[in-house]
Amino acid sequence: MEEYILIFRHEDGQKIASPEQMQIWMKQTMDWIGGIAAQNKFNGGNGLPFDDSRVVKPNGVVINGPFGDIKETIGGYIIVKADSIDEAVKFAHGCPVLQGEGNSVEVRKIAKGDGVH
Amino acid sequence: MENQLIPHLFRTEYRKITSVLCKQFGIEHIEIAEDIASDVFLLAVEVWTYKGVPENPTAWLYAVARNKAKNQLIRNTVFSEKVTKELLHQTDRSVSRFEIDLSDKNISDSQLLMLFTLCHPSIPVESQISLSLRVLCGFGIEEIADAFLTNKASINKRLFRAKERLRTENIPIIFPDEKEIDKRLETVLTTLYLLFNEGYYSESRNEILRNDFCLEAIRLTYLLHENDKTNKPPVNALLALMCFHASRFGARKNNQGELILYDDQDETLWNQELIARGTYLLNLAAQGEIISKYHIEASIAYWHTIKADSKEKWENILQLYNQLLILDYSPIAALNRTYALSKVKGKLAAIAGAEKLNLKNNHFYFTLLGALYEDIDHEKAKMNLQRALSLAKSETDKEIIRQKILKSDHVLK
Repeated sequence: MEEYILIFRHEDGQKIASPEQMQIWMKQTMDWIGGIAAQNKFNGGNGLPFDDSRVVKPNGVVINGPFGDIKETIGGYIIVKADSIDEAVKFAHGCPVLQGEGNSVEVRKIAKGDGVH
Repeated sequence: MENQLIPHLFRTEYRKITSVLCKQFGIEHIEIAEDIASDVFLLAVEVWTYKGVPENPTAWLYAVARNKAKNQLIRNTVFSEKVTKELLHQTDRSVSRFEIDLSDKNISDSQLLMLFTLCHPSIPVESQISLSLRVLCGFGIEEIADAFLTNKASINKRLFRAKERLRTENIPIIFPDEKEIDKRLETVLTTLYLLFNEGYYSESRNEILRNDFCLEAIRLTYLLHENDKTNKPPVNALLALMCFHASRFGARKNNQGELILYDDQDETLWNQELIARGTYLLNLAAQGEIISKYHIEASIAYWHTIKADSKEKWENILQLYNQLLILDYSPIAALNRTYALSKVKGKLAAIAGAEKLNLKNNHFYFTLLGALYEDIDHEKAKMNLQRALSLAKSETDKEIIRQKILKSDHVLK
């Protein structure tokens, strides 16, 4: 069993959803994660709020938020246990983030601390 | 003499005497405390049988306990060298004036302290439960063995090892300090939660005993609720959970003692007072930042106190199971979530979810699939139920599954 991180990429992080939309989105996300947790394959995760964020650039330049000149931004991640990258991709298919045009979920294996990876 | 008087007093007073004495003597002398408490009851049986029950039996028991404790201090040399010196030093009194404090306050404090001591993380959880049942609930070895579906010898061994461990680790009978309290409370709550479940889900046939386990778990949790230092949100959440479950005691069994499943229960038999109590406690538990698994389970149990199906009910239950699984996976929560999913998103969605669960040696899994396929594919429904039957271990579970198979055949005809 390997660990994979599913990173949610949003095309436009600044788009503000209505409270009703947020409620629906939250519920969908919980159902999706709950389905993974029901298989005992959920290993944690978190949202990354857009507000009060900074981007640090070379030469001491700090800009507000990851937006503007960056097209995509990361909205959150979860970590799952899976036998293969294919199984992890199957989990990713259910992610509600994918309902948004231009959004994507990046699936990456987490290196083990065993000195091999 | 009324037949039930001694068993009743034993159940309520044995633990008080043991706790008070043990707190005073130290955990390494727990067996002496237990022996004195047992002797008190032995003497009660002998004396009361011939001379009649005294006017105030409890006061009689306490007076005898005090005397026996005093005699013990004088008689036993090892004991008097080790403990008496210490006690005398503390109290600066001679043995003859030495007092055992059996006031209500000291009794309740002693029980609370013993709860923390017996549920010390240095001993395994099942030993914590057995010890608590024996010392704090006054259950007999045979009763404990019956509940765990094992024999007296193995319970005795378990208790012996646990006491040995408490002795060698030299666990003091003191209240955990502020820094430690939440962590220690966690272990205590786990034990009480399992103690309750032992009664609620046990496969033991002894009905009265099982209810008693649940009531004892409630009583001990209530001790924590009553004390300012331990009246914390997870305690109240667990107590709420117990109240909600206990509210269905009267409706869970038919006249033959067979289990009645939730859907078939007569909700007019549910205890509204306990439901109200649970609701009050759950509101009380909603303080603070931490959501424990008891909060989530109590909230699920709350929704189950409303018998009628509604979209709101099942959507809430589904979300709560999602939360519970994220916090703490268990196969039974995964199966219950799947059932909630069928209520919210339909049976086909639930079947798709169930197939991913990987619980192929769990009979509840196949019982659930049987129920989900019920109106969709009769053959598959029956096949799953039969598979469940072959995996079920207890007679109660087998009987429930057999009934379901019969019912489904009946529907087809």
